[in-house]
Amino acid sequence: MNVKTALRKYVMVIATVAVIIFFTIATKGALLYPQNVSNVIAQNAYVFVLAAGMLLCILTGGNIDLSVGSVVCLVGAVGGTLMCNKNLPIGLCILIMIAVGLLIGVWQGYLVAYLRVPPFIATLAGMLMWRGLSNVILQGLTISPMPDGFLNMFNSYVPDFNPATQFNETSFIVGLVLCVAIVGYKFKARVTRSRKGYENPSLTSEIITDVILVAVIMFFMTKLSNYKGIPVILIWVVVIVSIYAYITSKTTIGRHLYAVGGNQKATRLSGINTKRVFFFAYCNMAFLSAVTAMIVMARLNSANPTAGTNYEMDAIGSCFIGGASAYGGSGTIGGVMIGAILMGVLNLGMSIMGVDANLQKVVKGAVLLAAVIFDVVSKKQQD
Amino acid sequence: MKEGKPVANNLLEMRHITKTFPGVKALDDVNFVVEEGEIHALVGENGAGKSTLMNVLSGVYPYGTYEGDIVYDGEVQQFSTIKDSEHKGIVIIHQELALIPEMTIGENMFLGNERGQAFNINWDETHALARTYLDRVGLSESSRTLIKDIGTGKQQLVEIAKALAKHARLLILDEPTSSLNEDDSKALLDLLLEFKKQGMTSIIISHKINEISYCADTITILRDGATIESLRKGVDDISDDRIIQGMVGRELTDRFPKRPADRKIGDIALEVKNWTCHHPIYEEKKVVDNVSFNVRRGEVVGVAGLMGAGRTELMMSIFGKSYGTHITGELYMNGEKVELNSPREAIEHKLAYVTEDRKGNGLILSNPISTNTTLANLKEVSNRGVIDADKEIHVAKEYVEKLKTKCPSVHQNVGNLSGGNQQKVLLAKWMFANPDVLILDEPTRGIDVGAKYEIYCIINDLVAEGKSVIMVSSELPEVLGMSDRIYIMNEGHIAGEVDAAEATQESIMSSILLSKSK
Repeated sequence: MNVKTALRKYVMVIATVAVIIFFTIATKGALLYPQNVSNVIAQNAYVFVLAAGMLLCILTGGNIDLSVGSVVCLVGAVGGTLMCNKNLPIGLCILIMIAVGLLIGVWQGYLVAYLRVPPFIATLAGMLMWRGLSNVILQGLTISPMPDGFLNMFNSYVPDFNPATQFNETSFIVGLVLCVAIVGYKFKARVTRSRKGYENPSLTSEIITDVILVAVIMFFMTKLSNYKGIPVILIWVVVIVSIYAYITSKTTIGRHLYAVGGNQKATRLSGINTKRVFFFAYCNMAFLSAVTAMIVMARLNSANPTAGTNYEMDAIGSCFIGGASAYGGSGTIGGVMIGAILMGVLNLGMSIMGVDANLQKVVKGAVLLAAVIFDVVSKKQQD
Repeated sequence: MKEGKPVANNLLEMRHITKTFPGVKALDDVNFVVEEGEIHALVGENGAGKSTLMNVLSGVYPYGTYEGDIVYDGEVQQFSTIKDSEHKGIVIIHQELALIPEMTIGENMFLGNERGQAFNINWDETHALARTYLDRVGLSESSRTLIKDIGTGKQQLVEIAKALAKHARLLILDEPTSSLNEDDSKALLDLLLEFKKQGMTSIIISHKINEISYCADTITILRDGATIESLRKGVDDISDDRIIQGMVGRELTDRFPKRPADRKIGDIALEVKNWTCHHPIYEEKKVVDNVSFNVRRGEVVGVAGLMGAGRTELMMSIFGKSYGTHITGELYMNGEKVELNSPREAIEHKLAYVTEDRKGNGLILSNPISTNTTLANLKEVSNRGVIDADKEIHVAKEYVEKLKTKCPSVHQNVGNLSGGNQQKVLLAKWMFANPDVLILDEPTRGIDVGAKYEIYCIINDLVAEGKSVIMVSSELPEVLGMSDRIYIMNEGHIAGEVDAAEATQESIMSSILLSKSK
């Protein structure tokens, strides 16, 4: 890989680092206060989860799901009503919320995949219907507060085993273990490859990426150690994102998603059931919206009729900033997460600086546009 | 060519036209002369350069992208867009009709040529004008009828009326009767003869010899991008045999690899009986009509025919019903009757279809060689839905070496490969699916001679392994050079079956061109 292609590939990582450096200077270091680093995760958890699902929809051919925010609101409304007004057990409520999400997913997936309603329209209808329905359920009111048991599932921190010190040893040690595990796994993969006679990527480039990875993880974990430790929500996000990174990169269903977006006819003639691929993408999106509904309910400590407004736009924006193709067929979970982080850092940095909220929107819009233009232009140069 | 005639009589003279595409010389020093007021037929095999020549003339390939001169109406022309040539009265009607089904006849006729002002279209004038031109072509339909509500024959007439509305002096029709039945075709040709009386000049591109001898005054034969000859009615011999000989008469050199003489041809691997398939949109139209054929183990069966003969449609409808509606007929694999309802089922029954349209239906251009290679058989490189990336790369490399695909690495996107190498990746994909019967649809289309030879070698290796190959091809030398047996298809049905050893290009071409339409 020469320098030019490497630059093109990692341009969003570089941009994110540049933005972080810019705001660190502009806020006189406030951006990197342990508290702010921790908050970036809690504030943007919903974006990470939704963007993972949105990527699957976009991969199928640039199709988006507009109903996401409304599904978040509806599932929250159902959950809130059951939990607070009907006092049902929390476990049961969560199951019902997931079921509601899946039901919506099955419906929208059926519309898109089997009835061939254009995704834009099917989910636009959903956006209106689910938003309206949640207002009916909530009767326009906010339900608050949520039960403690529920809040603890998302809002708490992993306990420190040595509470005597200011420093949170748990998170630091988890960071170390994580680093060892990742490097160990990659080393093992190299050994397996050479045993089976497969080709290995160059050792130097692997060492360089490992060093960067370890540095980032340890920097991040040290910041968390200086605040309250690992937020539980971080574990949720990491687990969910990892699952989807795995699905998209290592499984046949992931491969089918990319194939459908790359060339639907060729995919069908290769014996792949393309309808099922669309169904999976949209069903899964609603499922992740239900999961997000819980995260949002816990963070806001309420179920309210405006919850989830514009969440679909945050998710879509992250995907495109993260390099997903607007025509489908390319994009990675890693890229999308970088996109989400970039958006999150922009939000936080501008908030700390006290930039007017409306101006913040202008900046975010410009960043989205710039990312997509870059994508289009660099593809044209390649051809 | 008519030497010594006064130039003033010639409406069009294309002199020494050479047009090169990357890697291919599509037209090589072509001369083409059309006299005012005649019907001039342009004939040649698929790929002979007819469409390219007309595209040069009409400005699709602008001035400067070809060599040579276009002299029209006594002046050298430099068309840079289709609009330029249309202003001079050169109007081309393409084989694929360019009408919008949801618009009315009148709207279609003046599309891009609207009456009235840009912000205030004069619909009364539009429809009144449309009426006069529709009358000239003998169409009684109201100009407010939607295109989708009239048949293909009438749509073709609308196209001609549209051309008249552009004040055509030179009308070019590309395969105007390919989608028409016999009555409509006759009516269309009579219309052209009627126009001729009124002084119109026409160029007609056609494969149908009987139509050409019916209406043409002059016949120009193109072959491999060069003018072979121009024949004049009443002066030269314009018999069917003469024209066919001109179209196919190229030398057969040693362009095909030899196969071992002791090859064994086994039992019937795939048999199709009474196969009929209808057009997916125009459901009343039979695209494939009562076709029966078979292929044996270790055999290469060629399927010859012109474009639009229904060969691709036949093969795709067999391959898991991936084309057409109301498909009837029986399918036997290794003597057992099978029902293949999806490509998946076809692949599971060890049938593979390698498409003619490798970019549209075959490959994912934005994906690397490795993922394209394994797409039809992902389960071979995965375990419970998890892909073994290392194994996948390994497989892809194996095929790259086996088929001698030229590429920097298997991570290269297929879109960046040359046509021949793309075709090899496509073949690799279907070989990896491990089929017993491979249908290869135009396996060497658009690739250079060297790569063709390599593809032929691959085909020979496949049958040597005991697999069966059905090769659909429009190139007669290829069909003759590679096949054991040849089926000839025309207008949806099998027009004949011949042993390759006995067949000649002329005999095949005549059975195509002279086969009676139903």
